[in-house]
Amino acid sequence: MSDQAASAVSQAIGLGKHVTGPAGGLTILAGLNLEIHAGEAVAILGASGSGKSTLLGLLAGLDDPTDGEVWLCGRRVDRLDEDGRAELRAGRVGFVFQNFQLLPTLTARENVLLPLELTGTPDAARRADEALDRVGLSARAGHYPRQLSGGEQQRVAIARAYAPRPAVLFADEPTGNLDQTTGEHIIDLLLDLRQETGSGAALVLVTHDPRLAERCDRRLRMHDGRLEPLA
Amino acid sequence: MNAWRLTLRLLRQDWRSGELYLLSAALVLTVAAITAVGFFTDRVEATLERQGSALIAADLSLESSRPLDVRFADAAQARGLRTARTLEFRSVVMGERPQLVLMKAVDPDYPLRGQLRISEALDAPDRPVESGPPAGEVWVESRLLRLLELQIGDSLGVGESRLRIGAILTDEPDQGRSFFNIAPRVLMNRADLDATGLIGPASRVTHRLLIAGAATAIDAYRDWASTRLAANVTLTDALEARPEFGSAVERASRFLHLATLVTLLVAGAAIALASQRLVERQTDAVAVMRCLGAPRRLLMRVLIGRLVLFGLAASLVGCLLGWLGQAGLLAALADWLGTDLPPASPAPVLVGLATGLITLLGFAVPPLIQLARVPPLRAIRRDLGTPRASAALALGAAGLALALLILWQAQDLELGLKLLGGVLATLLALIGVVRLLVHLAGRLAGRARGVWRLGLAALTRRPGAAVLQIAGFGIGILALLLLAVVRVDLLESWRETLPEGAPNYFLINIQPHEVEPLRAFLNDSGIATARLHPMISGRLTRIGERAVEPSDYDDPRAERLASREFNLSYGTEPQSDNRIVAGRWWTEGAEAAPQFSVESGIAETLGIALGDTLTFWVSGHEVSGPVTSLREVRWDSFNVNFFVVASPALLRDEAATFITSFHLPAEREAVVAELARRFPSVTTLDVEAILGQVRQVIDRGVLAVEYVFLFTLGAGLLVMYAGIQASLEQRRAEHGILRTLGAGRRTLLTSLAVEFTAAGLLAGLLASVFAEATGWLLAEQIFELEFGFNPGLWAVGVLGSGLAIGLAGTLATYPLLIHPPLRALRGGSS
Repeated sequence: MSDQAASAVSQAIGLGKHVTGPAGGLTILAGLNLEIHAGEAVAILGASGSGKSTLLGLLAGLDDPTDGEVWLCGRRVDRLDEDGRAELRAGRVGFVFQNFQLLPTLTARENVLLPLELTGTPDAARRADEALDRVGLSARAGHYPRQLSGGEQQRVAIARAYAPRPAVLFADEPTGNLDQTTGEHIIDLLLDLRQETGSGAALVLVTHDPRLAERCDRRLRMHDGRLEPLA
Repeated sequence: MNAWRLTLRLLRQDWRSGELYLLSAALVLTVAAITAVGFFTDRVEATLERQGSALIAADLSLESSRPLDVRFADAAQARGLRTARTLEFRSVVMGERPQLVLMKAVDPDYPLRGQLRISEALDAPDRPVESGPPAGEVWVESRLLRLLELQIGDSLGVGESRLRIGAILTDEPDQGRSFFNIAPRVLMNRADLDATGLIGPASRVTHRLLIAGAATAIDAYRDWASTRLAANVTLTDALEARPEFGSAVERASRFLHLATLVTLLVAGAAIALASQRLVERQTDAVAVMRCLGAPRRLLMRVLIGRLVLFGLAASLVGCLLGWLGQAGLLAALADWLGTDLPPASPAPVLVGLATGLITLLGFAVPPLIQLARVPPLRAIRRDLGTPRASAALALGAAGLALALLILWQAQDLELGLKLLGGVLATLLALIGVVRLLVHLAGRLAGRARGVWRLGLAALTRRPGAAVLQIAGFGIGILALLLLAVVRVDLLESWRETLPEGAPNYFLINIQPHEVEPLRAFLNDSGIATARLHPMISGRLTRIGERAVEPSDYDDPRAERLASREFNLSYGTEPQSDNRIVAGRWWTEGAEAAPQFSVESGIAETLGIALGDTLTFWVSGHEVSGPVTSLREVRWDSFNVNFFVVASPALLRDEAATFITSFHLPAEREAVVAELARRFPSVTTLDVEAILGQVRQVIDRGVLAVEYVFLFTLGAGLLVMYAGIQASLEQRRAEHGILRTLGAGRRTLLTSLAVEFTAAGLLAGLLASVFAEATGWLLAEQIFELEFGFNPGLWAVGVLGSGLAIGLAGTLATYPLLIHPPLRALRGGSS
């Protein structure tokens, strides 16, 4: 393991992803290198189909690369089996999705509790309540996702992502399904909560939204399967 | 995290969200059907056993030609059982002249079960009595008083004693066991027996030890005694005592179990469809949990734990419903079974719980295993779709569960394997044919236009889902059509096995010289000419070169048959209700060479094959001939039938008595009195009562089967509902897109109607074919009934199914067209 990898919460070295479809082979990522450090907010921009979401999935250990190495919290993810990766993600990695992905059969509070209970956090209930309070939804803790607006659902998702105090948070188009005002509120929450977690979680943000990207520490553009820094 | 806590939380939420309702309904219905039938048959069997007890005057009877070892009585008394001994023998009593009678000497406790009935005068009504005649007294059949011209109060010479005639014996619970008796019956007290001097060491006496008491003690005693029986002792229990009910009760039980199995199969399909829908709705949730770090084994534990807990809860509800169901059924049959039924055993509850879990695991686990394999990437890439269970795993698990349940329910390996083979072949054929039809519908869609194209293409767009859906519809319609087949065709055929004109009188002990006068008398009395069959006693001594010894047979029935005398007959033609199953009946009539025709059941029991030479000991000499045919006999037809029939050449010259049976309407009973006067030595047996009881078993059996089929009906409707629901998720998104593209509600509604009607027509066609084939197979192979093809079924099956599914599917999916398309496009689930 390299020294750099030791200090980075997430790192990709020579990362490649090829898929074979009915129309032949397709290279999505090729020889991609990336390093994300604790407390850093990185925005990944790019055209649709450029491979942003594929990269996010690989960095989070949700998918297997075809080439290269992926490191997460000091461990090489691509060498772990599916359960090993799940164990690594538990409590260390948070997610915010474009379509919120709350469990429809659980209340807002139970959705936030879920990752805490999966990791066996002792004061799970208190932390879930605090997280909901922080996103301003204490009053709606007992509501089911279908009873909440899109913005509220995404706020619950943010509370769920931050409640376990993760080392890194991956957000895939978190404002993609929201109107502008609500989207801005969500951006504020995502960035503010990162500061408040205490551990200084890294934030990896895949987005089309230049306003959201502007507020990150670093901006990278996906192009031809590689990342280019943006000014 | 504690898997149980998560399991319970998810289960509670699933329930609240309504996602489990469909699955619950299917499971509750299956378990309710199984337990209702279980409780019902359990209690009916116990009741029949009790009624059977009345026919042997005990719960158990030990019978021997020698005095029974005293330890059998001692052991019964030591277990708290009641006992009584009877001795039965032929003897001659003295009135004005001697008369052959059948004497029975009984203990004061006789009968232990059932009722003795006596009357005080020839024309007085009879009344029940608690015990047999007191010492010094005999009770006699009215026939004896007429034959000897005696009165009640006169004395009768019995051996060296003279005993007073105290009453006329009108009914004796165990009388039916001596069916072919020429002699009038006389009942005496056993205390008087020694003084008569009738019983010596060489006397031919049938000794019986009657035993009665609590069921558990009887079972324990039966186990104890059956291992200690000498070769000449036979043990009879209450169920064996009613062979005339055997066939009817067995058919009823088969029908009931069949109805249960069909319910199970149909509900299984509903469970499979409902599980698939559950998987579709939970894919995102599982993907998110995996993203959040839930390991696969935890998810497996949670998913299966949730299934087991849910299965147990639903099965318990099913058991409760089953119990209520059987209580309802028994209330409907109270006039037959009475209201004071023995309680049900708890066994059906265990069977119900086990069935619920096995069904659920077999049909729902494969989709759930796939669910645990949802890639976490699905959380950010919805295009990855819903995982599909592998066909091999799904079929394997469902097949295994079905095999277990069918073999268990059938309670007969051969029947179980036949049913299982039939069910699996049907399922495979169903899936194969549906695939083909879906493919053809796709070809048709290519040539169609507009809504027709949209509707038909919908069937082929999701070929896997369409196959599952149409197979589901097909199974649902099949259940409904089978209901019609069973209700209309099979149950009617069953009723017809005992038509209104079934023989209700038997005449036995007809001497050869009485044959022609009796035939003339019957003709003159307007009784349809019945065949008079010669009857000759013979003991089977050899099969081929092998000597027949009762001890050679392990099977108690075979042992009994080998030790007793057969009633043989001869004739030129087989009885009308006989069916030759192997070999050929002799064609040369009276001139045929010596040969035998044997009933197939007894041939199997005794190990007699076609071509074997049988040797019987008849009237002091041997009679031999080859077996040239095996026959199936309808014993429940109440016609005169014989296990072994010979060609006339073989037995024509032996001393025979004759037997016949005929139907006499109740209003013409005077004929019987005249017959008794004109032919005093001929014994008339009135079996109207038994006939009535068998008819009642059939009628009530039909009612019970129809009742249980209500569960099947429920399951059929459920599977169709599940089929409609199964495609709802995908349809929601598709309609969102189509409406965004400008498709009007009317266009979509018509395309839905086209799609569902096409699916309904295909399912109806399949179901009609399978229903007819199943009905034919069931009738011919399992119930041994006549089956007629039913063209009306096809019309109702195909058109009815197209109309019903077209309408129901369109109506159920219509709400999707009311919601704004944006909600569907965003993946909103409400």
